[in-house]
Order: sequence, then C-alpha cells, then structure tokens
Amino acid sequence: MTRHQLLTASLCTLAISIAQGAGAADIDYGTFGDYAKYGTAADVAGACSYAAMDEKDYSGRTLKVISHAVPVIGEPTDLHARQFEALTGAKVDVVHVPFGDLYQRIMIPFQTQQAAYDVLFYPSLWIGDFHNFLAPVPAAYKEVSGLKDVTANYKDVATWGEEMVQYPVDGDRHYMKYRSDIFDNADMQTKFKTETGKDLRVPQTWEEYNAVATFFSGWDWAGDGQPHFGSAEVTKRDDLMFSAFISRVAAYAKNPNVKGGFFFDLETMEPQVNNPGWVKGLEMFIDAQKAFPPGGGNFGLGDEIFSFGGGQTLMSYSWDDAFIQAQEADSPIRNKVAAAPLPGANTVWNRTTKSWDTFETPNAPPYITWGWTSAVAKASKNQDMAFDYLCFFSNEANTTLDLQIGRFGVNPYRSTHFDPAFWQDKLGWERNVAETYVQTLSGMDDSTNRVFDLRVPGVNQFMSSLANGVAEAMAGQKSPQEALDGVAAQWTEIRDKIGADRVREAYANVVALEDRGR
Amino acid sequence: MDQTGLRFYKSSFLLPGLLVLLAIILFPLVFTIRVSLSGWDAISPGLNWAGVRNYVIVFGDRRFWEAMLRLSGMAIGTVLVQYVLGFALALLVWREVLFRRFFRVLFLIPMMTTPVVMSVIWRTIFHESLGPANDFLGLFGLGPYPWLTSANWAVAAVMLVEIWQWTPFMFLLLLAGLLSLPREPFLAAAIDGAGPIRTFLNVTFPMLAPVSIGALIIRLIEASKIMETVYVLTSGGPGTATETAGYYIYIRGLRDFEIGYAAALSITYLVVMIVLMTVIAKLLVRVLVGRSA
Repeated sequence: MTRHQLLTASLCTLAISIAQGAGAADIDYGTFGDYAKYGTAADVAGACSYAAMDEKDYSGRTLKVISHAVPVIGEPTDLHARQFEALTGAKVDVVHVPFGDLYQRIMIPFQTQQAAYDVLFYPSLWIGDFHNFLAPVPAAYKEVSGLKDVTANYKDVATWGEEMVQYPVDGDRHYMKYRSDIFDNADMQTKFKTETGKDLRVPQTWEEYNAVATFFSGWDWAGDGQPHFGSAEVTKRDDLMFSAFISRVAAYAKNPNVKGGFFFDLETMEPQVNNPGWVKGLEMFIDAQKAFPPGGGNFGLGDEIFSFGGGQTLMSYSWDDAFIQAQEADSPIRNKVAAAPLPGANTVWNRTTKSWDTFETPNAPPYITWGWTSAVAKASKNQDMAFDYLCFFSNEANTTLDLQIGRFGVNPYRSTHFDPAFWQDKLGWERNVAETYVQTLSGMDDSTNRVFDLRVPGVNQFMSSLANGVAEAMAGQKSPQEALDGVAAQWTEIRDKIGADRVREAYANVVALEDRGR
Repeated sequence: MDQTGLRFYKSSFLLPGLLVLLAIILFPLVFTIRVSLSGWDAISPGLNWAGVRNYVIVFGDRRFWEAMLRLSGMAIGTVLVQYVLGFALALLVWREVLFRRFFRVLFLIPMMTTPVVMSVIWRTIFHESLGPANDFLGLFGLGPYPWLTSANWAVAAVMLVEIWQWTPFMFLLLLAGLLSLPREPFLAAAIDGAGPIRTFLNVTFPMLAPVSIGALIIRLIEASKIMETVYVLTSGGPGTATETAGYYIYIRGLRDFEIGYAAALSITYLVVMIVLMTVIAKLLVRVLVGRSA
C-alpha cells in the first residue's frame, strides 16, 4: 500500500465514522513518518478539524509557506502541509530557512510588494516591523474553539493595537527550571545549611539564584562521578542572549509602581537600558559566570538545553526546551526536575523617583518573550486557504500531538494545555513535575506586571546593540555601566534614525500590554 | 574583408563573453554601490537617495575598524602559518617518500570539507566540558583550556580551524610549483656540494618565489573573508574578541537589516582590501623576488 493509498483509506475511515455519527475520529501522524509512538488524539469537531478540512476543495491551488528550518517549527509546518494537501487537494510549497536568514527572506518580499509567501512562520517579536504587511485574522477564525481557548498572554502577543494580525500556534516565556531531587535531598539541605548558614530553597531572588548556583558548582552533587555546576544560561552573543539578559533585568527594572515603559520612558522616549536597575541586572549576570559549567560563557540555546537537560547543571532559565529535554523518555534526570517562576528582586529601580523601591515579596515580572507565531501576508491572493491552513495547523488534535513532540518547539498556549493530567497521562510525567510546570506557566497569565519584547520597528537593531554591549561587559571589555551607556547611546541613534514618534507609537502597544492589569 | 570589418567580426565573437562578464562582475558591484548610497533598512524600503551619509557613519564606526584590525591580524597570522606548514608538507611529499600518493590525498582532505560543517565539528571538539580537545590535553596533565570563552583562546581557536582547513590549499599550490621546477639548478647545486638547507635557501625557495607570492595573495584574499568559522564557533565573542569585518557586515546587513549601511561597509571593506593587497603584493615581490622584479 502506498502512502497515498494509506492516507486515502484513513480519510475514508474518518469520513465513514463521521457519517455514522460515531463521535470524534482518532488522529495519528503515523502515515506521515515516524510518529506512531506519540499515539492518537481526537479530532475535535469544528471549522478547523480534519473532518471540516476534508470538506474543502482547494485542488489546483498552491499555498506558499515560509518557515524555520527543521525540526523546530519547520517540521510541524511540513507535516501539517502534507496533511492539508491530502485533505483539501491543495499544493503546499514549504520553504525552510535558517533562523539567521528568516527575517530578510520575509522582509524583502514585503518591501518590494511581492506576494512571495502566503503563510509566514517567524518569531512573534518581529510584529513591530511586519504588522503593516499582515492580514488581520478574520472574525470567523477568532470564533473557532482552538483560538478562543488561547490564553490572554498569547492573544496579546498576536495583537497589534486592537487587531489580531498573528495567528497563535505556540506559547513561549522564560521561567526557571531546577533539579527538584537535589533541592529535596535532606543531605544536600544539611550540607547547604552547614556551609552557608541558610536554608536550601528554590531561589526567590536572583541573589539567591547566584548564591545557590555558586554553591553547587564544581563538585559531584549528582553522585555520578562527574563534576556538576550551578547554572546553564544562554550567553552566546548573537544566539538569543538578549532574552536571557532581559529575564534577569526585569526583576530589577520593571517596577510595578511605575507605568509607562521598561525599555524606554514612553513620554520622553529616553532609553532606560542604562538605568541602575538594568546595570544591577548586568552585574548579576556577570556574577553568575562563576557558576557556569566550562564553556558556559559561550552557550547558545542548544547548549543550554543540553546542559540542563543532560543533568550537568542544577538550574537554568529560558524557554521550555531544556525542561522538555530533561523530561524526555531517555533522560537521566526524567522526573527529577521542576519548574518555577523566574527569580525576582527585593529592591527595584524606580525611574520616576530615581531611587530603589523595596519589596518584601520579591518583584518577579514574568517575561513573555518571543515564541513562534504565524501570519498571512496581506498581499496574498490565497488568504482563505492560508487561514484554513493555519487553523488546521493548530486544531485541537494537531496541537495535542505537537505538544508531545519536543523537537517541534510547540509549547502550551491554550487553557486546556495547562492541565497537569495531560502531561501525566500523555507523557508519563510525575505529578509534581506536571503541576509545577503547569502552575508556573499558567501563573504568568495572572500577572499584572509583565515584560514583553520590544515590539517596535527596528527591533533587531535594538536587540543586536544590546547583545553586543552585554557581551562586552560579560567578557570584561567594559564595565557594566560603561557597556550599557554605550547601548543607550546606540539606542538613541537608532530611535532618531527611525523617528522617535514612530518608535513611540509602536512602543505604546507594548506598554499597553505590560501595564494592563489582569 | 577589410580591417574594420575583420575587427568587428572578431569583436562580435568576444561580445557575448564580455557581456556575461559585465553582468556577473560589474552589475552586482554597481548595484552594491547604489545600495550603499541609500538608506534601505527595515523602516525605509527601497533605493532612496541618502548621499554619502552611510560612508560618513562608516568612518566613525569604531566597531567596524576594530573588526578590520582584528581581521588583519588573524588573516596575516593564519596565512603565514599556512604557508610554512604548506611548504613543509609540499617538500615532504615532493621527494620520494613511502605512501607519497596517500599523503598527497590525505593532506588535501580538510580543504575539501564544508567550512560550516567543519566549524560545527570543531565547536564540538573545543567544547570545554564535553569536547575531546580538553580530554586529550588532560592526558598530559594540561588544561582544561577556555577555548571559546576567553578572548585569546577564542582567537587562537578560530585561527587553528582556519589553518587546519586551508593549509592544504597552500600545500597544493606549492607542491604544483615544486613539481614544475627544472631539475638542472638542483643538479648544479648538488655538483657544487650544496647541502639540503643551502639548496633550499639558494635554489628551491627563490625559484618558488613567484608561486609563493601568488599563493600568499590568494590565501590573504580568502582569509580576509573569515566568516563561517566565527559565526559557528564564537558569534564574534567573547565580547567582540573574534568579530571580523565580514561577520560584522553580516550582522548589520542580514540580522539588523540595515541593507544600505551594510553595503557601504562592504564597499569600504573592498576598497581597503584592494589597497592593502596591492601594497602587500608589491612588498612580497620586493622581499621575495628582489628590486629588479
């Protein structure tokens, strides 16, 4: 039996089961590759379901899609494209592009007014540059069950002003992950207490994080004969290090009592990147280096994932990947990890009063940092088919399966994803692991003091400049203040080049999200 | 057919090739110059007219000039080492040695590998806790060394990979040069009682000077474009310790999407390189061949 015949047979079975009213059919990806081990998921009835797509006929039409390289987001793009072809008769051309080239491959056709791609997958923080070129999500799609179930944070991420221009397919944020087996170990607790005079607990502040990480660096606390270390962080200059840095800075510089901008003062548009809160965050980032594993000063995201996920370090913070890696079936630390919100700070810079505010409960703003998103090009002549593809991509059955395939890079973004039972039943996680994971992630939606990315035109220039300044300070080439003063000067130049009003107009959208109470 | 007709007849045969050559070489260059005079970036699409504004900024861009200086040091350093090693290897297999053909192929393998892929492999080798470089050195009680996290070591690591990958190219050119040398001068030197060192210094090296100059210049041009190795190994870090001009232009052009400015950087880089290479070529000729050349 050929793949096509098998698919046709599956679809016939599906059609018959629907016709017989036998309830939702079970979907599996087995026909399209080595996905059988991920089991099946029910096809939830609705406009985006397999059954609904099977009713469509896009024969003779071609959908052009640009996405990231395989596997992260690129593999599900491909998989769902092939399924969509089989169901609708459309031809779907997927172009996979390495991360470093993705921006310009999307932007140049936009700028030259070519409809090179109908559907785009890209990091959500580029919305500031792309929003004018994107088709708003039609009202009908906002009413489908999957999109209605997207949490407030990720609807915010997809929205520009009052308009949803990105189609949510992923949810991302930074949070802390740690080795619960070590924190819960009585011997480790005694040793820590004896040597530091303090109780060993999951760090509540970045000072505690650095202290615990330093204590657990350079010795064999895992009992496997190897030295282990305190913290794995993303530190490689042009490999998303800016996000790690912002995670640390948020605690010191995103003051819940000060509205109107974390990156800039919205009123004056003066960069805040060199204020004492940011400098303190950088000093703590530099201080943390002594708890890094060898080579940790040059860790890209992949290194961070495998360092924590492979059991080399006690703690880490970034996106979900390291946690998912740690929970893979063959991981040496499976079910020995837990998740927690990012650490906070007891003293937070107040840029209005130019002084430090003290908080008894540490200030710990969640950082809703960029994740993968999708959109339809305004210039596309296939918008109907494009939105159908995205709605199919993220239907309940597909999302249920995609969440289980770690390498896909699809992470929880709907209310139904924050059910511990899902992770326990589908992936065999232990209860504590699933609960800390779900509580940490869902807790961010409740926050009234959040940090989003700098979603303004020229975001890459701002972030590239920031990463360079931080890297110079991390390498000891400049002092933290000197490095961030340099960044602030560059941000001022970039702001003036783009136009302060233009940046302000865009930044007002970010501030509205950050200051909006929930 | 008169002379004019003959000239036209001959030129018409050359014209297609000439047009293709212009299209391949001249058009991209002219287009880049035009782009460099525009403010094309994420905000202002297209070729608006920005005059020489980008060039004014380039002259004040300290990071670019530091990257140029760093690049010069790395390029000259790696090419010199490649030349010495390449020459030594070429001399080794020029003579009748056992398994000569095997060694000739073996020495060429690094050059035939893909730079990005090899950089990824070298990155694994240099991994400070899991990579074999520190494990191997540890057998002799050395290290561990911060290959990619200390400025000096990172520069050394990038240079090492470049030397490993491109010494075979130098080897290939110099071996070809050695094989083309006439035998008579060597016979004369032997009859005069010259030993191997004297023969090398007075016969082999001077006779190979033209090939050496060509090889050095070609490699310097190539080495001044160090990019993949930096991109994969260090991303220009720690800090800006390994940031080369090519990598910086990549960041400004493709990551930051400052297309106009990146074009101005590229043209500046091109002009600097043409001037430097001309000077270096003249110096090499003067040193290796002599004033009369």
